[in-house]
Amino acid sequence: MPTNVVMEALSPTMEEGRLVEWKKQEGDAVAVGDVLAEVETDKAVMELVARAAGTLLKHIVEAGATVPVSEPVAVIGSPGDDTGEGGKRGGGEAGAGQRGSGASGEKDRGAAGQRDSKESQGTQPSPGQSRPVSMPPAPPAGAATEHRPSPESPSGSKDNGVKSDSPAPARDQQAEPRVKASPLARRIAAERGVNLVGITGSGPEGRVVARDLEGVAAKAQSSTAPPPSRPAAQPYTDVPLSQIRKTIARRLAQSIGPVPTFYLTTEVDMERIWEARQAQLALSGAKGAVGKLESGEGGRDVSVSFNDITIKAVALALRQHPACNAWWQDDRIRYWNEVHVSMAVAIEEGLITPVIRHADQKTLREIAAESRDLAGRARERRLKPEEYTGGTFSVSNLGMLDIDEFTAIINPPEAAILAVGRIGQKAVGHEDAVVLRRRMRLTMSCDHRVIDGATGAQFLKTLKGMLENPLTLVW
Amino acid sequence: MATLTYRDALNHALREEMQRDPNVFLMGEEVGVYQGAYKVSRGLLDEFGPMRVVDTPITELGFAGVGVGAAMVGLRPVIEFMTWNFALLAVDQLVNSAAKMRYMSNGQVGVPAVFRGPGGSALQLASQHSQAFESWYAHIPGLKVVMPATPADAKGLLKSAIRDDNPVIFIEGEMLYNIKGEVPEGEHVVPLGRADIKRQGSDVTIICHSKSVGVSLKAAEQLANEDVDAEVLDLRTIRPMDTEAVLNSVAKTHRCVVVEEGWPFAGVGAQVVDTIQREVFDELDAPVLRVTGADVPMPYNKQLEKAAKSDPAKVVSAVNQVLYRD
Repeated sequence: MPTNVVMEALSPTMEEGRLVEWKKQEGDAVAVGDVLAEVETDKAVMELVARAAGTLLKHIVEAGATVPVSEPVAVIGSPGDDTGEGGKRGGGEAGAGQRGSGASGEKDRGAAGQRDSKESQGTQPSPGQSRPVSMPPAPPAGAATEHRPSPESPSGSKDNGVKSDSPAPARDQQAEPRVKASPLARRIAAERGVNLVGITGSGPEGRVVARDLEGVAAKAQSSTAPPPSRPAAQPYTDVPLSQIRKTIARRLAQSIGPVPTFYLTTEVDMERIWEARQAQLALSGAKGAVGKLESGEGGRDVSVSFNDITIKAVALALRQHPACNAWWQDDRIRYWNEVHVSMAVAIEEGLITPVIRHADQKTLREIAAESRDLAGRARERRLKPEEYTGGTFSVSNLGMLDIDEFTAIINPPEAAILAVGRIGQKAVGHEDAVVLRRRMRLTMSCDHRVIDGATGAQFLKTLKGMLENPLTLVW
Repeated sequence: MATLTYRDALNHALREEMQRDPNVFLMGEEVGVYQGAYKVSRGLLDEFGPMRVVDTPITELGFAGVGVGAAMVGLRPVIEFMTWNFALLAVDQLVNSAAKMRYMSNGQVGVPAVFRGPGGSALQLASQHSQAFESWYAHIPGLKVVMPATPADAKGLLKSAIRDDNPVIFIEGEMLYNIKGEVPEGEHVVPLGRADIKRQGSDVTIICHSKSVGVSLKAAEQLANEDVDAEVLDLRTIRPMDTEAVLNSVAKTHRCVVVEEGWPFAGVGAQVVDTIQREVFDELDAPVLRVTGADVPMPYNKQLEKAAKSDPAKVVSAVNQVLYRD
């Protein structure tokens, strides 16, 4: 008696699949578990495997066809079995009986449901719970959960019995990975809308248990990926330390002082910024030299310094790299959804770091005006505490003192500080020639407990790109 | 509040119930003249006479059957087995007669009898005399199974068992007879089917009964030194089980260890775990673990016997596992 091969639901949300390629041809012998075809689901290309042994008698659909879940795509049986209409409709007398029981779309669900009954019986299909032994998820609603003997298969129970022994082809590999989590952790995650994928479990074999979710904010993102860069209602997101993060923090702190710092240096071509700034100065009628303040009415004509430009670029780059806009909080990392740039200002007694709040949302002129004001009052020791606390990233500039490059000390709990050197002309390769270009060296000190090398480097790359293409600062 | 031994608390319960209800009588081996193999019935023969304190031959099946018959015609027998190991001979009367009578007579004939005696192991009594049979009887619809762990519970539960209209399997602990504890004076009745929190805690629930209550409390003390706050829940009645108390506690602590003296396979703990995983699955932060006796006939050798029994160290280890502290 021939058995229909149906399009299976190879992902929880799959409603139809495109048969990409037949792996078994008509006439081929097939064993249970053999890959019959590749099927493209809504998520990935996966394998359709045989649930019955015999000979592949017929391809009901050709490669390339899109087939709804549960519709037959092929027939497996013994050579000589009638595969004509019978194959398509379930075959023989029994098939006729089944025709009477429902529409053709329904008719194969008995078989599918039967195969899946172990999965669907008494359990709620739940994403992330697909088993390593990868039987397809329960078919869509209406699937039978009882062991209805299938007219197409020689013996329903036999078919079913075979399944559990069949090797598990890696059919769920493309699906969301199964997360091991305690029932309580799953419940908490569901209540808070937290995706368990990416949360490092501290239980046996990485099981996520309730304590791993302590402090995970509601709506925390689906992984340890940094929070979204759009301004959020909550100013920051606390992410509890994963095991690897804890280990990195502990070991690196042992290695180098309380803040395990590493440094990244890049050199930025400032020629275009230079030109842009000169043009801007000319337009606003300023005659001053670099960095000189031209105060006008209401601060409208405040000239914009390279430091202001750097702050603005840093703020915008932080938007793209929230992983660098963070605080080390001992048991967690606070990823800020707001960007507050601290700028180091030298004063008589030492230095202080007034904060340009929401620097990413301010224009260059606003930043320029604010930084002048803050720096002025800093030197006069007239800053209020809230004006020099709460920064999320620091910028320290010694360029005006002719320093080529330096390393700055991180201002805890911030995770990084950018040391800005002078802008100077250098002979560099440019468009296939050695020419003099204005260059500036940036050195970023990173708290390795929060920021890894690549993370910091990516931020610097973005920052460099912005400074070398000044239009990005205004767009 | 008087301080009594477990043995005397049982004695008081018997005496008070026999004083209260003339239908209550005690029957078994050595209960009369010898004052009880474990002296639980001390003084009762003198007070109530040989019609109500009846010495029997060594015939467990026989006197258990007499007890069932007496209960069927309106008396309230308390049948003492010298130990539950000897009661194996009487299982037919307990399972096929006592447990079935009410059902098979369509409710016309009940068996308000108590079958009591010590169960479990003592010290070096070897394989045949060191067995915990509570799960056997708890398996049978129609039987109630009661196992007090303290003198107060021993008295209060025995009184309730005698007053109950159903056959009650009342399993005492041979090693518990000498423990002392405060017992409320006068009428002290502990209802059947009600568990008791012997120690409040928030980090893990240790479910236990009978001798394993002491084991669990010791484990809880050790755990307290490690800043683990364990709750110890004494089932007291194995059947009907106080499911509500079990579930409430587990829902509070999210972690559970079930401790018992008996063998692991189909033990009392297996039933507890089944209930927990079905009813409060989403409260669990770890698999429920069981601490049981070793799955072997009880060794006679002293060290092997010790190794085969559940003890505080094994409970502490299981608790550490469910707390992911290892």
